[in-house]
Amino acid sequence: MSESIKNEWPLWEVFLQKKAGAPHEHAGSVHAADKEMAIQNARDVYTRRNEAINFWVVLSENIVATQPEETGSLFDPANDKTYRHPNFFRTPEGVKL
Amino acid sequence: MSNLDQDKFHYLLRLADNSLILGHRLSEWAGHGPILEEDIAMSNIALDLIGQSRGFYTYAGTIENKGRTEDHLAYFREARQFKNLMLLEQPNGDFGKTMVRQFLFDAYCKPLYRELSNSKDETIAALAAKSLKEVTYHLRHASEWMIRLGDGTEESHTRVQKSLEDLWKFTGEMFDNSEVELRLIENNIAIDNSSLKSEWNKTIAEILKIAGLTKPDSERFMSSGSFVGNHTEHLGYILAEMQSLPRTYPGAEW
Repeated sequence: MSESIKNEWPLWEVFLQKKAGAPHEHAGSVHAADKEMAIQNARDVYTRRNEAINFWVVLSENIVATQPEETGSLFDPANDKTYRHPNFFRTPEGVKL
Repeated sequence: MSNLDQDKFHYLLRLADNSLILGHRLSEWAGHGPILEEDIAMSNIALDLIGQSRGFYTYAGTIENKGRTEDHLAYFREARQFKNLMLLEQPNGDFGKTMVRQFLFDAYCKPLYRELSNSKDETIAALAAKSLKEVTYHLRHASEWMIRLGDGTEESHTRVQKSLEDLWKFTGEMFDNSEVELRLIENNIAIDNSSLKSEWNKTIAEILKIAGLTKPDSERFMSSGSFVGNHTEHLGYILAEMQSLPRTYPGAEW
């Protein structure tokens, strides 16, 4: 790792909520030295055009993600389990899906 | 123009010039910020300030009723006609000095706009109410940096303390009232600047304490007189840069 990368502030992921009740969705990331700075930077970088009414910032290193090489073993087995979908139930009349 | 309108016109220029000059100073950081995120933050604040000045200039032009627009008032007045606080025309220096300047002003502006949002002049009240939300964020942003730099490394602490000492002499005039303001205060239009001082002192003391910084001696000499056009030598250079294009190509559009 080069000096300049080691000296960089930690990375934070930003999740924006567009309106009340809507889920928080990933918008991008910012560099910041601490929580308060992460909030301010996210506010300035991602909400200047009315994109959000609320947001979360999370240290990127605290997010645990699946690895690309695990994709097959994790997700492929779901491909042939059609019975896990609710398609086999008849929808009562008048119910919109 | 009635005498009252004349006073309002000058008071609005004061408010507008404050925002414009500080906004211009901050805009000098665009592309030079210490990190990308902070670069954007300073540009956002600069745009807030320039937006505020547009509102005040436009209303000043309306009151004057001579057909002068925001552009005329921003670009075609001389340094001696500008009424901004001297603090705001001081050069950016390092990032820490820019934040000290911002902090000292925001801590004054927040109570000013809050009180001004009760002005008997409804337009001034509305402009102040809109600006208050922006300035509340600006103060939060600058305060965080004061704490971070003051309580940071020995280098950052020393630099911020030095900037505080350098800029302190320009803080006194924030609490002066010009004759124009005194007349407007009587009419419940302007705010008595001296009434803002205790809250300002409190904000400053609180943040400096957390930041581990020392408040400069308040008995020292204070510069004053910007309301009547007395400025430091720095203002002329700002205006030269800011006004050269519209003066060379009047009415230029793009």
